[in-house]
Amino acid sequence: MKMTPSEPLVLDRVSASYGNTEILKDLSLDVRPGELVSLLGSSGCGKTTTLRLVAGFLTPTRGSIRIGERDVSRVPVHKRNIGIVFQNYALLPHLTVRDNVAFGLKQRGVGNTERDRQAMEMLETVGLTGLADRLPSALSNGQKQRVALARALVIRPPLLMFDEPLSNLDAKLRVEMRVHIRALQKANERTAIYVTHDQEEAFAISDRVAIMDAGRIVQLDTPEVLYRRPVNEFVARFVGFENILPMQVVERRGKIVTAALAGGATLELDQGEFGIIPDHFLLACRPEGLRLAAPGNAGVPVTLGMRTYLGRAYQYQCDSDAGPLIAHGAVDKAHPGVGTQAVLSVAPQQCAILPAAKS
Amino acid sequence: MGRKVHPLLGISAGLVFLFLIAPLVLVLGAAFNDATYLAFPPQSLSLRWFERVLSLQNFMDAFLVSLTVAISATALALLVGIPTSYAIVKHRGSFPSWFSSVFFLPLLVPEIVFGFSLLKTVIVALELPVMTALIAGHTILVLPYAVRVLGASLSNFDFSAEEAAVSLGMHPLKTVLAVVLPNIKAGILAAFILAFITSLNDVSVSLFLTGPGVSTLQVEVLTYVEQYFDPSVAAVSVLLMAITLVVMVVLERSFGLSNVVK
Repeated sequence: MKMTPSEPLVLDRVSASYGNTEILKDLSLDVRPGELVSLLGSSGCGKTTTLRLVAGFLTPTRGSIRIGERDVSRVPVHKRNIGIVFQNYALLPHLTVRDNVAFGLKQRGVGNTERDRQAMEMLETVGLTGLADRLPSALSNGQKQRVALARALVIRPPLLMFDEPLSNLDAKLRVEMRVHIRALQKANERTAIYVTHDQEEAFAISDRVAIMDAGRIVQLDTPEVLYRRPVNEFVARFVGFENILPMQVVERRGKIVTAALAGGATLELDQGEFGIIPDHFLLACRPEGLRLAAPGNAGVPVTLGMRTYLGRAYQYQCDSDAGPLIAHGAVDKAHPGVGTQAVLSVAPQQCAILPAAKS
Repeated sequence: MGRKVHPLLGISAGLVFLFLIAPLVLVLGAAFNDATYLAFPPQSLSLRWFERVLSLQNFMDAFLVSLTVAISATALALLVGIPTSYAIVKHRGSFPSWFSSVFFLPLLVPEIVFGFSLLKTVIVALELPVMTALIAGHTILVLPYAVRVLGASLSNFDFSAEEAAVSLGMHPLKTVLAVVLPNIKAGILAAFILAFITSLNDVSVSLFLTGPGVSTLQVEVLTYVEQYFDPSVAAVSVLLMAITLVVMVVLERSFGLSNVVK
């Protein structure tokens, strides 16, 4: 099969509006050749708008979009040569599976026999050889998504785009399909944009993830960095830091910093573990970063509330002078009941330092 | 399908069915009756009224006019209706909420008033030929039905399939023909049948628009029963029913009408 080289995608200060509402503001994004970048965010963050801009269903009000050397900002959709996998599959209901896959080749003037051969080859890749003559209505959702994937891949576009492709599948199939998508994208060396609101999915499938909020990219980095070092409270909450504590440094002794949180309790933090700690900051902790300890230990004093069993740990809803907190406790110990006084100690590996919120 | 049906539901369904079918049975009986007046049940069977109808040049001419008008008006209504409903359904947000209601306004105006207004403007003022006026009037008459049915069909169409086709390299205009139309085939067929039957059965609008020498079948039937009381009109009705039935069966065979009703 003829290999078109994979190309970089560049969005240069792109803005877009629906009517008078500006959805995207000066968004810039660089996707390297063969790289898969996810756009992650809750609904309304602009991730789908970004995808529709790149696809050409929307025109930017400012800025430019380039695929390789080609500025596609004003190129109509049908000439952009992008393979799109839609959320609801968007198969052509009146065509068979084979004809759906061959559709893009037909538009490119590929002859009948060659078209069929390539379509069947791609159907084999996605494991649907036996279903070539069925209509889409006779397929399960998982099979439909495979057809959609084959249809987008077979035209060998320089850019692949996925619009929440797995959100209509059940949990087990979702995991299976995302591995499949990733494998095919890598094997075919296609540059890809993947839109999702599912953090786990984005982290599992991507080279890099762009976390979006209110029409901007808040942080763009590898899953590993996003998970450990979020740049602000928004990203921190998105990647599972459920406790965000405003803190103030009261004393510095070498690398050890003593900081107070609302209510007066103090914590000792090691700059060797956290990096430079500013005078005012937010301490972001995952539930597993706040560990239940006996009263009298160093940490945040709390009153225990409801307990839920998570398998490897108990999760506690706690009340502290700094507000409600979510903490983990070991399962093997005798578990304390509701209303018990306890102390939460901080596990630095599961925490991060964030700049204080600007007021 | 082994569900038990409540007896009351069964009885009421039966009554409604009877109510719908009884007039047809009466007309059928009267048409095959040998008597020279409309009566039921028939005393002796005969085909003489069918012979009479088919020999009446007035009826035959009028039937051709009705057919021409119904086919032309239906075709025009589809030609206008398909792009209209496509725009209304696809760009729902871009039109003010009252916009789609405009296409249902002809339903609100009493047909007699509508027919009379057409006479005053189209025929008297513009001096259009009768046939043109009939087709124009019937197009407006059946347009609301076409738009309604096509709109319902398009609402079930997933426009992302259209987007997918375009993203795969098909020109947007071609996509409308090659992707949208095949998928609303059933709706187009339903709209066609509804519009065709509405036009064929219309009396009120046609009454004002028919002129010397040009008359629709329904108007001709009306004129006939004002003078005669023999079963010829019943025979005409049976013939019309038969034609409708044949059309339905042919459509069912060629396109699968069950898809239309679904």
